[in-house]
Amino acid sequence: MSAILPPSDRLWWKQPIDKVEWAWIAIAFVWGMVMFVMMIYWHIYGKQNLSNEAYKTTPEMFAAKAEKFIAENTIRTETDQNIPVVKVPAGGDGYLIARLWAWYPILELEKGQTYKIHLSSMDYNHGFSLQPVNINIQVIPGYEHVVKMTPTKAGTYAIVCNEYCGIGHHSMLGRIYVK
Amino acid sequence: MATTYRTCPVSGLQFEDQAEKLMRWNAVAGVLWLLVGGITALLVILTRWPAIKLLPADQFYLILTAHGIDMLILWILFFEMAVLYFASSTLLRCRLATPKIAWLGFWLMVVGGIMTNVAIFQGESSVMFTSYVPMQAAPHFYLGIILVAVGALLGTAVFFGTLVVAKKDKTYQGSLPLVTFGALTAAIIATFTILAGAGILLPTFFWSVGLIKEIDAQLYRMVWWGLGHSSQQINVAAHVSVWYLTAAVIFGAKPLSEKVSRFAFLLYILFLQLASAHHLLSDPGMSAEWKVLNTSYFMYFAVMASMIHGFTVPGAIEAAQRRKGYTNGLFEWLRKAPWGNPVFSGMFISLVSFGFLGGISGVVLGTEQINMLMHNTFYVPGHFHTTVVTGTTLAFMSITYLLVPVLFRREMILPKLCQIQPYLFGISMSVLGLVMMGAGTLGVSRRHWDMAFSGAPFQYEWPGAAYLMMGLTGIFGVIAVIGGGLWILLVVGSLLFGKKLDGGKVSNQPTPIPPSTQAASAVAHGSDHVGVPGTVVLALLLFVCFVLYYFVNWKYLSEVWLLS
Repeated sequence: MSAILPPSDRLWWKQPIDKVEWAWIAIAFVWGMVMFVMMIYWHIYGKQNLSNEAYKTTPEMFAAKAEKFIAENTIRTETDQNIPVVKVPAGGDGYLIARLWAWYPILELEKGQTYKIHLSSMDYNHGFSLQPVNINIQVIPGYEHVVKMTPTKAGTYAIVCNEYCGIGHHSMLGRIYVK
Repeated sequence: MATTYRTCPVSGLQFEDQAEKLMRWNAVAGVLWLLVGGITALLVILTRWPAIKLLPADQFYLILTAHGIDMLILWILFFEMAVLYFASSTLLRCRLATPKIAWLGFWLMVVGGIMTNVAIFQGESSVMFTSYVPMQAAPHFYLGIILVAVGALLGTAVFFGTLVVAKKDKTYQGSLPLVTFGALTAAIIATFTILAGAGILLPTFFWSVGLIKEIDAQLYRMVWWGLGHSSQQINVAAHVSVWYLTAAVIFGAKPLSEKVSRFAFLLYILFLQLASAHHLLSDPGMSAEWKVLNTSYFMYFAVMASMIHGFTVPGAIEAAQRRKGYTNGLFEWLRKAPWGNPVFSGMFISLVSFGFLGGISGVVLGTEQINMLMHNTFYVPGHFHTTVVTGTTLAFMSITYLLVPVLFRREMILPKLCQIQPYLFGISMSVLGLVMMGAGTLGVSRRHWDMAFSGAPFQYEWPGAAYLMMGLTGIFGVIAVIGGGLWILLVVGSLLFGKKLDGGKVSNQPTPIPPSTQAASAVAHGSDHVGVPGTVVLALLLFVCFVLYYFVNWKYLSEVWLLS
């Protein structure tokens, strides 16, 4: 008779399903299909898709590439820590190192240009959280993620680390300039 | 084996002696862990409240790790063990299989839980609940969790064994009751979840003692979420079973359709493990095809299952109420429900909050591209405080108001406060979840000590609205802690000081469940069929909210930088 007793009808699987229940199941199913198609639609027509381009790497290999990029493209340094501000060539590759507890270096981009930003971590998991745009990407040691980005508005942007990475986690703040 | 069976004079439920003791000990252990988790919750809230910022950074990260482990693993797992024994031995009126192994499992979980907590409070294991490698905790942090998992696996095995005992002793005829079937799905999910957990925690333990050199950080995330997410699916299956149980006990409600409800439980088993992939949507190591496949075909079948339960649970209540004569308008059945009975009010708030807040936010969060707007923001804990807290924890709290009299044979003390508690806790926790999601939508990070970024080389000022949301998080968080604390007080107070109730007749033999009569069978065949128009309206309201919120987030996404 109730949900805490065996079904009163021994052949419960032969009972017909009510029309209203069928309708709700159909709605749930169709809605699932709509949500599935939306993701594919966005891959084809949408302009915000996370890149699939990623490579296995090591902290040493990635740091070497990033240092070369910084050495070739630095335009000035900022703050009393002399953090290099690196102008990423329009349409070119930029490197961003995540490490305890800094984003390195500062990148300078131009509005409307498309850049390939390479992300990797030197140590733990980190979280690339671009604010106030609010784009969030996981950064994992041993993986080089190449994300194509096109800034749509000029300004000064912050990179917050939003994956817990130890005691200095909350001081891990980076910067991107968009001219 | 000699054992006795007690028939509760109030509920008619039959408790086997060993199973009863195990249920009590597991439930009490769960409540004690909830107490520890609640104290840590208060400290976390008072630190994230920007106006207060109570703890220093190192203590905050330590306490936050303890909060996650004690709530998500220990409180819920212990209570779920009690639910499993109830759904098998009590509902099927049979003896518990191998009680000694069940006790072994219990003590393993106790020792493991204490071990992991010792590791955390020693200060060298502030690695959060997820413990992503290569950040390393002390070896006994992992070992404790492994012991808890082994203990839970033993309890699950005892549950399976008890089903076999009931079948062999013929204590029931026909199919399992729906609630037991739901518990069975929870136990099956628990089995492969714990195996996935063993697959990652054993190597991580060996790595922490130096036997393994390295664990791939991406691989860890993938396998770990096979544990981390699927374990939440155990909770869903368990608390949906508790919803059906409550509907049956309070209203005598029977499922609208056994077939539909059981099929929905089956979908959980088939699809949720794969949906764990939605935790990796913003990761570098997986392709878009892999992400879309795992979070759509697979996850949406599980979403469909939850939408079905979200319809059939209130539908069963509506049908039962209408049979009793509450047939006026769309909602007389709901208005005349026993809102003063905390077993019902807690269960219904749990149902609504889980559906409207936890369910919708979870699906939106699990959409491949939209995930980039929310990944690792405060939105994520906002989401799961409306699934695992207002969903699972509140359902467990409300069923406890039933268990204290029938299982512990004590009357609840302070009945007025018992009436208020589900509202106080359920509503404040729901609002808490909402404002946390609000803060996350504005970008605020989870697991973050300082919104002002002290010690950083630059400044970043969050929008004023983010500070407002975090302030509200503080206020509603404190109210929710008070609501949870009140529940602990009422339960522990009743166990110690509540009026003792008559235990009922004790027998050496189980009394089998009487076979259903021909008449009952005829009734079930639809001659008393009633429509459930009120539930249809509620379900459509849920659907409209779902669709609107889903597309609003695509709109937000279309406004950020271009990414490809």
